[in-house]
Amino acid sequence: MAECVLRARSVNKRFGGLQALSGVEIQIDEGQIYGLIGPNGAGKTTFFNVLTGLVTPDSGTFELCGHPYWPTDAHRVAKSGIARTFQNIRLFPDMTALENVMVGRHVRTHANALDAVLRTRRARTEEAAIRRSAQELIDDIGIGRYAGHLARTLPYGDQRRLEIARALATEPRLLALDEPAAGMNATEKIALRELLGRIRERGITILLIEHDVKLVMGLCDCVTVLDYGKVIAMGTPAKVQCDPEVIEAYLGRAHTAAAPRQDAA
Amino acid sequence: MLAVGAALIVLPWVAGAFGDAWIRALCFVTLYVMLALGLNIVVGFAGLLDLGYIAFYAVGAYTYALLASPHLTEHFPALAHAFPSGLHVSIWVALPIGASLAAAFGILLGAPVLKLRGDYLAIVTLGFGEIIRIFLNNLNAPLNFTNGPSGLTLIDPVRVGHFDLAHPGAVLGVRPSSLVLYYYLLVAMAMLAVLVCVRLQHSRLGRAWMAIREDEIAARAMGINVRNVKLLAFSLGATFGGVAGGLFAAFQGFVSPESFSLNESIVVLSMIVLGGLGHVPGVVLGAVMLAMLPEALRHTAVPIQLAVFGRVLIDAEVLRMLLYGLATVGIMLYRPRGLWPSPEPGWRPAFDSAPAAAEAVSRNG
Repeated sequence: MAECVLRARSVNKRFGGLQALSGVEIQIDEGQIYGLIGPNGAGKTTFFNVLTGLVTPDSGTFELCGHPYWPTDAHRVAKSGIARTFQNIRLFPDMTALENVMVGRHVRTHANALDAVLRTRRARTEEAAIRRSAQELIDDIGIGRYAGHLARTLPYGDQRRLEIARALATEPRLLALDEPAAGMNATEKIALRELLGRIRERGITILLIEHDVKLVMGLCDCVTVLDYGKVIAMGTPAKVQCDPEVIEAYLGRAHTAAAPRQDAA
Repeated sequence: MLAVGAALIVLPWVAGAFGDAWIRALCFVTLYVMLALGLNIVVGFAGLLDLGYIAFYAVGAYTYALLASPHLTEHFPALAHAFPSGLHVSIWVALPIGASLAAAFGILLGAPVLKLRGDYLAIVTLGFGEIIRIFLNNLNAPLNFTNGPSGLTLIDPVRVGHFDLAHPGAVLGVRPSSLVLYYYLLVAMAMLAVLVCVRLQHSRLGRAWMAIREDEIAARAMGINVRNVKLLAFSLGATFGGVAGGLFAAFQGFVSPESFSLNESIVVLSMIVLGGLGHVPGVVLGAVMLAMLPEALRHTAVPIQLAVFGRVLIDAEVLRMLLYGLATVGIMLYRPRGLWPSPEPGWRPAFDSAPAAAEAVSRNG
């Protein structure tokens, strides 16, 4: 039995009159690629924001690698071992690709202002190590040739990859990806799939929000489906795919004549 | 590097040939360079618009002025009793005190504005700058701390050991003027400021500042403690202001609140914006140019007009503001990233913004 990386229990979040999350439960085992799917507005990104400390939940408990974990401050989340990417890419546009990844090393390094001004031995060795590991990561992810380019000048798909490289630089236990394939073309999606497989091989667990059903079904070990903030199904992709409630959430009830709900599948 | 160093050493002797006023102007240029570098940490690196920066200059200047002038002992008998010969704190003690005090004020300003950005931040910092100036203007009653609008006089000059920069004797057979010595001291301090800035920029902390400037939410998600890093930017930036202020007070021998008006904050901000926000050489260039401009005009505007038109048409002061305005508009039109911006690595795509184009693609697809 693999170790449990993340366990979330009865997570609730209300925005005014909207119950964005109600009693969401998720358990992610080590080494899994875990899919979080659901129609638009189902609460997937809210769950991500709660998990990464950008939004404070009303109630719920979290356990990270067996330890209780309460995501209060976004900057502590990375330190605890969760790194994320964003649905609409949030790189540091006017910094180079390499610098973007180097920022990811911030949380695992310690040089302070005084070290920097005096250029102490600690600062120098650490800076060299940061540069080296960032370069390795960026090469590994396949965009090494853009290392010196400003992040905003990278092709779209490579910006997404750069965001993943930056997240990996924080040495996460759990990598949370918010729609990494959004806006990618078919070739880029294949490359992404291969990349995620390689990240898993490094022993990093992945939590994935994705609309591309083919990608999710082909890649994920386990899937949770959210609708209106509630978990409506959970299990292997094959099982979830046949779940009547899931089909209803995506396509509407068979006998209603009304138009099916819009979805970006 | 060597050429620049040599030029900086020779400069006061060349400038001195045209009159002491020019060396004096050079000294002010170096003070502005320090101020611009400090403000650049806050605005250029961390992206926090600060319109009250001159307040830290004032804090540094008044700290030294109070510690090294007879004012406090004159107005507080108890203090006079304790220090019968006056306070006369050495500048080398007073500068760190002034710098720390300025840093403390930086945190005082930074703490309440952590969540503010852009326009809102600008308004609060502007208010902060004015508060400090108004305090200095009015803290002469009931207890006279700052001597109000008349300012503090008889401030001790810089002394190195027993060597007095204001009254130098012969050094190795040469008799350098006091101004030249001050110039060397100020240039050395400005070079130190440049070194500190460059080192900070290319450090873990410098990257964290830039990350916050670029995208605060992403920076937080990367584990950057935005609160601490912002406060560090405010306090380190303020430290530069505090040091420059102390030197200013010692150099000038006199401080008054009118040196620390909002106008000064704006001038320093213009220097870094015109020079190249976030790029140290650009910031230095901007400071040198904008600080020299009024001096150059003061000495050339009248003679040139007399020569060309036979009489003075426009006052030098008016001409200065006119040129400031023209320079600002011109640079924003033709070099929006400043005169000497940081070099742009890599290629630029045909369209302006890659994400925008990608969004369009994803909408169509």
